[in-house]
Amino acid sequence: MAEFRMPSLGADMETGKLAQWLVKPGDRVARGDIVAVVETQKGAIDVEIFEGGVVQQILVPEGSEVPVGTPLALVDGAVPSASAPPVAAAPSLPGTPAPSAAASPAAVPAPAAPVPAAPRVRASPAARRLAAELAVDLATVRGTRLDGAVTLDDVRAAAAAKAPAPAPAPVPAAEDRAAAMRAAIAAAMSRSKREIPHYYLGTKIDLKRALDWLEAENRKRPITERLLPAVLLLKAVALAVREVPETNGFWVDGAFRPSTPVHLGVAISLPHGGLVAPAIHDADGLSLDALMAALRDVVERARVGRLRSSEVTDPTITVTNLGEQGVGTVYGVIYPPQVALVGFGAVVERPWAVGGLLGVRPIVSATLSADHRASVGHRGARFLAAIDRLLQEPEKL
Amino acid sequence: MTVQQASPPFTIERDHALALLHQMLRIRRFEEKCVELYSATKIRGFVHLYIGEEAVAAGVMPALAADDAIVATYREHGQALARGLPMRAVMAEMYGRVEGCSRGRGGSMHLFDAAARFYGGNAIVGGGLPLAVGVALADRMRGLNRVTACFFGDGAAAEGVFHESLNLASLWQLPVLFLCENNLYAMGTALERAHARTDLAARAASYGLPSEAIDGMDVLAVEAATARAAAEVRAGGGPRFLEFRTYRFRAHSLYDPELYRDRDEVERWKARDPIALFAGALREQGLLDDEAMARLEDDVAAEIADAVAFAEAGALEPVEDLTRFVYSEERRP
Amino acid sequence: MTATLPATVKLTYREAMRAAIREALQRDERVFLMGEDVGRYGGCFAVSQGLLAEFGPERVRDTPLSEDTFVGAGIGAALAGMRPIVEIMTVNFSLLALDQIMNNAATLLHMSGGQFNVPLVIRMTTGAGRQLAAQHSHSLEGWFAHIPGLKILVPATLEDARGMLWPALQDPDPVLIFENGRLYTLEGELPAEPPPVDIAHAAVRRPGDDLTLITYGGTLGTALAAADRLAAEGIDAEVIDLRVLRPLDDATVLASVARTHRAVIVDEGWRSGGLSAEVSARIMEGAFYDLDAPVARVCSAEVPMPYPYHLEQAALPQPDTVAAAARALIGAAHG
Repeated sequence: MAEFRMPSLGADMETGKLAQWLVKPGDRVARGDIVAVVETQKGAIDVEIFEGGVVQQILVPEGSEVPVGTPLALVDGAVPSASAPPVAAAPSLPGTPAPSAAASPAAVPAPAAPVPAAPRVRASPAARRLAAELAVDLATVRGTRLDGAVTLDDVRAAAAAKAPAPAPAPVPAAEDRAAAMRAAIAAAMSRSKREIPHYYLGTKIDLKRALDWLEAENRKRPITERLLPAVLLLKAVALAVREVPETNGFWVDGAFRPSTPVHLGVAISLPHGGLVAPAIHDADGLSLDALMAALRDVVERARVGRLRSSEVTDPTITVTNLGEQGVGTVYGVIYPPQVALVGFGAVVERPWAVGGLLGVRPIVSATLSADHRASVGHRGARFLAAIDRLLQEPEKL
Repeated sequence: MTVQQASPPFTIERDHALALLHQMLRIRRFEEKCVELYSATKIRGFVHLYIGEEAVAAGVMPALAADDAIVATYREHGQALARGLPMRAVMAEMYGRVEGCSRGRGGSMHLFDAAARFYGGNAIVGGGLPLAVGVALADRMRGLNRVTACFFGDGAAAEGVFHESLNLASLWQLPVLFLCENNLYAMGTALERAHARTDLAARAASYGLPSEAIDGMDVLAVEAATARAAAEVRAGGGPRFLEFRTYRFRAHSLYDPELYRDRDEVERWKARDPIALFAGALREQGLLDDEAMARLEDDVAAEIADAVAFAEAGALEPVEDLTRFVYSEERRP
Repeated sequence: MTATLPATVKLTYREAMRAAIREALQRDERVFLMGEDVGRYGGCFAVSQGLLAEFGPERVRDTPLSEDTFVGAGIGAALAGMRPIVEIMTVNFSLLALDQIMNNAATLLHMSGGQFNVPLVIRMTTGAGRQLAAQHSHSLEGWFAHIPGLKILVPATLEDARGMLWPALQDPDPVLIFENGRLYTLEGELPAEPPPVDIAHAAVRRPGDDLTLITYGGTLGTALAAADRLAAEGIDAEVIDLRVLRPLDDATVLASVARTHRAVIVDEGWRSGGLSAEVSARIMEGAFYDLDAPVARVCSAEVPMPYPYHLEQAALPQPDTVAAAARALIGAAHG
């Protein structure tokens, strides 16, 4: 039994519509007979059959649109024609990627020490390379060209003028029982640096209003319910994320998967030198009091090693606050598969221009380390600007 | 034994007559096979069938010498086969195999063969006319007495390059045989809808080329006219123009629904099928019987089956070789 | 006492090209010149003056105004064993022959699976600067350099005008030679027996350390003049003459930029999608980490060439604009 299949009637034909059958079961056909009419984009075309025989069965009714190669009828009694084309494979649907990658790391590692990566300075590739060779900190080099970029000449001048940069502080010796955690952190941070194209933005935020408001609020509360400044920072980040959703989510399988809930990861230092960054779920919807309670809770449990797995796997963006350590600015490394990390340094009293006059304000340095595949600089800048703006209206947090 | 043709008076040997019939049949069955293979997606892209026009290629080629040159169009399967390109090589080319006459790189529209001086296979309407002028110029400058036969259609006669090329060939008296296959349609545009003056031979004559219109369905008329014109060109008479009035029985290419012409017109021309006409004439003269015809058909079927098998078994050029043949690989002296 | 031939000859670019054509017609009987007004008129730019009288009408052929066909005929003649020099009066008229150049000359070798090569040379005058207005002022070398299957030469010096034609004719593939119209009166001295030149490499016309000016054809002089101005300011510019636009000599350009760290491309074509964009992309690909500044481009303004002198000059790259672009790459810290 031979199959009469939908023929290819043109270079770009993928399907054809069987407009009309000109034969029926029982009819005898000869090679070259026109047996059907097929509708194509160019119009109706008479289709001939290449083998003779008796039509046995019509497989595809009039009006059907089928791919090239689909058997249309069965014909008995002749040598089959030239081997028929295979039925065109149905277009495969892109598979929905499992969000499992986000859940894979058993322990979400954190950077053991502030990574000394410079924030992104506008410097030419050649200047950058030379600065590394001469151990010149690009952030301290002034660009003298009109476009402000740091050039080779600028780096050479800086190297000649300055003493060589101090060697980075040695990493504290690892304790044996933290060695495994360190190995995991090393692997994750290496992967982060290897795979994630980080860009860094920094800003300085005037916290006077926020801290003044906090002081007033705390006066109304018992000591056990007082809010820490960190809570304001965390809430501001959680709300800012809503404005720039490219900072909130995961990079998985070559694409950014934004997350609607904001599960704020909080970097918590552990006794004996470890770090974890568990999530406070839905931080953007928590009141400051609730957020404070959640923070207190998760810090306690982190320190005794009693975190829930969901807390470990769910952070959609992480905040690291090393202000207590006295660090001015934090340049963090993103925890894959997240796409952003916000760093806060110490709140320090600094001279500040206010209304054209010089004053002293409590200033905190806020940085964003972001995955350039998920967000671009000006969006990252908006994010930081949003945090700043939110902290100027602490009563609305 | 010879057969007389009514017009023009011409005598022909039986063997030659059967050779002409065989050639037309060969082209016809090859083209029909292409339809089948295209439907089965073995051959892709554009395919332009010669069905109905076989008398032109079959009649022209015997009138040309082995060292004459041929420039053709994208509807050139008939010319290629009649010129002697092996059917295996042509079929393999359609299949895109490296054993094809153009290494599979050209496909149906770009059949080339240096040994046969077959300069393609050109997909730009009218694009071959200047090439023919140049090939003829080279032969002349090198002192070689050779004719360049240039095939093109009625559509090309509207392109500016047609006028430029006839003018230049005539001006320089170059040995070009301009062969216009007027099948009344440039793709979907009928002759009278494209040309203010539809007598193409008359328009060619205005450039100073002796020009003639021939019944393109009569293989003997085609052969006779071509032999005469080629002889004149070879004798140093400058270029010649022959308009073969013919018809393609199928669409412009695989496929088009032929919305631009009447089924009746097609049927009228099919009544003048060049193969049926010639076979009929030979039968009348007793030069052909059913047995001889069946033998021809069997021969042709076997050759085609062999060519298809050859093409099916052919190899694909390795992808690593993609960027070859953009520049010459050897210095050619 | 035997008279000694002069060691050098004083001549113009035009005369150098004429000498090259003459030498080719003498040395290789397959060579012939074909084009509009190359014979009795002596060539639109007087390049072929006297050649008809010397070589006769078979070797120096005047054609009708039929660019499409006489370029195609050149291709056909090349297919069939000749080595034609087809002269298209200017690149502006080459547009009429684009089908033959692109669909035949550049592709026959490939379509025929390597059977038929096209050893053709097409010469064209190109460029602006003589107030010939929009239809007679194009610089389309970059367009042609886009096409695989062609080779593109741009002689900018007397040596190259004299020397590039012979290797181009001996090349088995189609070669296009672009002669900027402003160069015909360029004058200088050449050895009486000029040494052969290659048609593969770019040339460093002026060595330098601070930045690389990259150009070709009519703007070589512009780049050299800019380099002089920069030198007076203590900026040492290297000037590269690309000479061959397809295939581009990446190695010479990249080696220079790796050393100078800064590049300015000077191109009489338009910048959008032009040759300058291609060279810039290659520098970015091959020398990114050596760059101290973004690659700059100085090109013709994106406007059909206007007729009045002051507008035309404003549209074209000038030594001042090139020097300014170069200066912008250098910071105040430059010592």
